[in-house]
Amino acid sequence: MLDTIIYVLNIAIPLAFLVPFALFAVYFERKVSAFMQDRLGPNRVGPRGYFQTIADILKLLQKEDITPAEVDKPLYNVAPILVFMGSYAAFAAIPFTSIYIGSNIDLGILYIVAVSSFVVAAILMAGWASNNKYTLLGAMRSAAQMISYEIPTVIVIISMIIIAGTMNLFTLSELQTSSIYNWMIFGGPDMGWKKFALLPLSVIGFMIMYISTLAEVNRTPFDIPEAESELVSGYHTEYSGIKFAMFFLAEYANMFAVSIVVVSIFFGGYQSPFGYLGNTLGLSWFVPAEQFFWFTVKGIFFVFVQMWLRWTLPRLRVDQLMTMCWKYLIPISLVNLVVIALIMVL
Amino acid sequence: MKEYFKNIYLALYTIAVGMKITFRHLFIPAVTIQYPEEKVVLPERVRNRLYVNMDDCIGCDQCARACPVDCITIETVKALPTEDLGKTSQGKKKALWVTQFDIDFAKCCYCQLCVFPCPTECIKMTDIYEFADIRRSNLIYNFSTLTNEESEEKKANLARFEAEKAAAKATPPPKAE
Ligand code: SF4
Ligand code: SF4
Repeated sequence: MLDTIIYVLNIAIPLAFLVPFALFAVYFERKVSAFMQDRLGPNRVGPRGYFQTIADILKLLQKEDITPAEVDKPLYNVAPILVFMGSYAAFAAIPFTSIYIGSNIDLGILYIVAVSSFVVAAILMAGWASNNKYTLLGAMRSAAQMISYEIPTVIVIISMIIIAGTMNLFTLSELQTSSIYNWMIFGGPDMGWKKFALLPLSVIGFMIMYISTLAEVNRTPFDIPEAESELVSGYHTEYSGIKFAMFFLAEYANMFAVSIVVVSIFFGGYQSPFGYLGNTLGLSWFVPAEQFFWFTVKGIFFVFVQMWLRWTLPRLRVDQLMTMCWKYLIPISLVNLVVIALIMVL
Repeated sequence: MKEYFKNIYLALYTIAVGMKITFRHLFIPAVTIQYPEEKVVLPERVRNRLYVNMDDCIGCDQCARACPVDCITIETVKALPTEDLGKTSQGKKKALWVTQFDIDFAKCCYCQLCVFPCPTECIKMTDIYEFADIRRSNLIYNFSTLTNEESEEKKANLARFEAEKAAAKATPPPKAE
């Protein structure tokens, strides 16, 4: 009985974090895009438009749940749930603070990579079941893109695992503790000449990983699966109401998930860049709160960078997208992997 | 090979430039004009809803004839010689009761062609542009200052006067014997 309660709680905690985060992120995205385009953004619902997304979600929940006549009903209905499940499952292995991680498994990163590729299947399902050319094109592009960009991501992850010697995100975060210099982006916690040799390689690795995760979550400049000007809105064109909201939630959950994976690997996870106030004051219970604060701030910062890039770069063509992945990211990350491995062996 | 590295360099460099620009725009104040609360300053001589100053209108029908879409409807009734309608502000004598002066703004194309021929400059453009309506009939604006009863009365007066005049003509004056 107690076990069951603990399981349910474990499942509910990331959700209790994600739903408010998605509401905030939608508002934030609209504001950021508005400010970058010298507009004002939503400002009518509540002070400065803070309640805009709450109003939106209430509207979406009330909408009629339309299932078009010619769709493949079971697949069509299950796809939004699977999309969200795929991106939500990734949070199981992400350490939120030093006291909370959904499942402290040793294959953490590998597990995240595996479940996030599950999203591809769900997206294909949505695109195929909708019985619409736009959704199908969107889903196929999405699958091609996600599968291609998974490769550089994984190669970079492998090279970082070589440095850190662990696949457990919790251990990885603990390695990068106490000081900003211990972060993997600065070559990891080991001092000595290796650290300085690894520093540029880590930066390159970070850039490759950030670019390819951007492509995996279908964000601009890699948003050809849901390119509005070509495909209406890609694989979720036919969805409306609550199912559309599920896709939206999944998209923002995904954005945060990849940001936080990048943060956990390169930027110390939930660790503070300087010491903890709680340790200085001797209030040990305060430390997790601070860690949670840093976790959120770092995650939101990288989500912000995703938005920033979205309003900076135009969309890539399909061939440019593939060129970028197969001709640039994969060779560079492979060379990076070999060099890192050599340095670590020496 | 040189090309390859040049491409990488160019990509990174241009992304950095682009991101710098968008970041700068994050702090540039918005150019949005919050319409119902704030309004743009209209240029001089804008063409919006017409206004007719009936005190000056002599009912000459010139504006209605100039209108390319025939959206002005004017009906006039001659004044009796005994009635004095006063003068316009430019000193022209008014000789007609304007019993109907309707402009249908659903048809009006705001070309301002009606404004130029007016001899007394009493039909003019205003700067009012917020008069959208859900019924076309509400877009017909009545400018005539006379009420319906008054119009009927003027018409009746004229008819009586004409009849009297006709009667006077029909019965020749008695011959001097
Ligand atoms: S503005 Fe043009 S269309 Fe409108 S009433 Fe005058 S002449 Fe007619
Ligand atoms: S042209 Fe001027 S005076 Fe003549 S009917 Fe029109 S508004 Fe009246």
